[in-house]
Amino acid sequence: MILLELFLIFMKIGAFTFGGGYAMIAMIQAEAERNGWLTQEQLVDFVALSESTPGPLALNMATFVGLKTGGILGAIIATAGIVLPSFIIILIIAKCFEKYKKSKAVGGVMSGLKPAVVGLIGAAFISVARTVFFPSGVSFAALSEASFWVFLGIFALTAMLAFKKIHPIRIILLSAAIGIGAGYGLEL
Amino acid sequence: MKKSIELFLTFMKIGAFTFGGGYAMIPLIQKEVCENKKWLSEKDISDIVVISESTPGPIAINTATFIGYRRAGFWGACMATLGVVLPSFLIISLISLMLTEFQNYKPVRYAFMGIRGAVLALILKALWMMFKSSKKNVISYCIMGVSLILTAFLRIDAVFVIIGCGLFGLLWSLTAGKDRKNDTA
Repeated sequence: MILLELFLIFMKIGAFTFGGGYAMIAMIQAEAERNGWLTQEQLVDFVALSESTPGPLALNMATFVGLKTGGILGAIIATAGIVLPSFIIILIIAKCFEKYKKSKAVGGVMSGLKPAVVGLIGAAFISVARTVFFPSGVSFAALSEASFWVFLGIFALTAMLAFKKIHPIRIILLSAAIGIGAGYGLEL
Repeated sequence: MKKSIELFLTFMKIGAFTFGGGYAMIPLIQKEVCENKKWLSEKDISDIVVISESTPGPIAINTATFIGYRRAGFWGACMATLGVVLPSFLIISLISLMLTEFQNYKPVRYAFMGIRGAVLALILKALWMMFKSSKKNVISYCIMGVSLILTAFLRIDAVFVIIGCGLFGLLWSLTAGKDRKNDTA
């Protein structure tokens, strides 16, 4: 039953993920919470892992969650689930490509979807920020924790580098090194 | 048969060497598929980007399926898609096994702590890129705000937000007259 559930949930995610993997973080997060697959921290760690390995985020996520909840078979099923919707849709479009490209309806739908994706990524940002900065709930007490300021420093530095077009893998490696340094230095 | 195997191998290579997914893959796909294999022209690539943007799912998979189908029909599409999926499937399986093994080591835990800050930065960057490429008008800002509030604070399933905004866009473009420009690009 877990397998069928995995398949259906990832098929749903595969069918509704537009504009790249970051927009699906909100969806994965909701499903993970509902089904108790992963903690929020694990999810954030996994986004990092996914960025430092080849392949699209959505695909990596599906394989990872599938593996964690249903073993190797679960990984195969979840991956198949996330691939299937785009596979079928592209096959259909490949047949009537010219018509599709000029379709006014597609253009109309996209004019609503594109800004929605911005909103979804914004939601992902907020919930990941909550997990990173306030692991035990939003409060002023968190501001007195050393780890809060370490996270804030790393975030500020890496954000600067990210906007300077430094490659994500380098940014992740650097932040890992800072994390190790700060962890030992502050005995967190 | 030979075509399908070639598709499989080419897309396996693309799947194994594209980090970060999304648009980061386009240059590599271009090099492999246009320059090396001459399967498509440069113009076709921009068509594929348009299609990938307006269909769900990762761009890598969309591209693989599309090119596979054009080259060798249904089985070509299957082989190309399988090829692009396989490397990340294997790598993630391997890593998650190792992760269970090592995640209690102190350095690994500290490293992941640091990385969490960086993930936030990467999401912010993605947010900015998407914001920049979307239309700047009141309606578009409203959709952004509403979908943000619905998912982040009211915990509405993102699926409904996607469907709702898509429908809204469709109805809006139909009612706002025929002279409105098509903006899939």
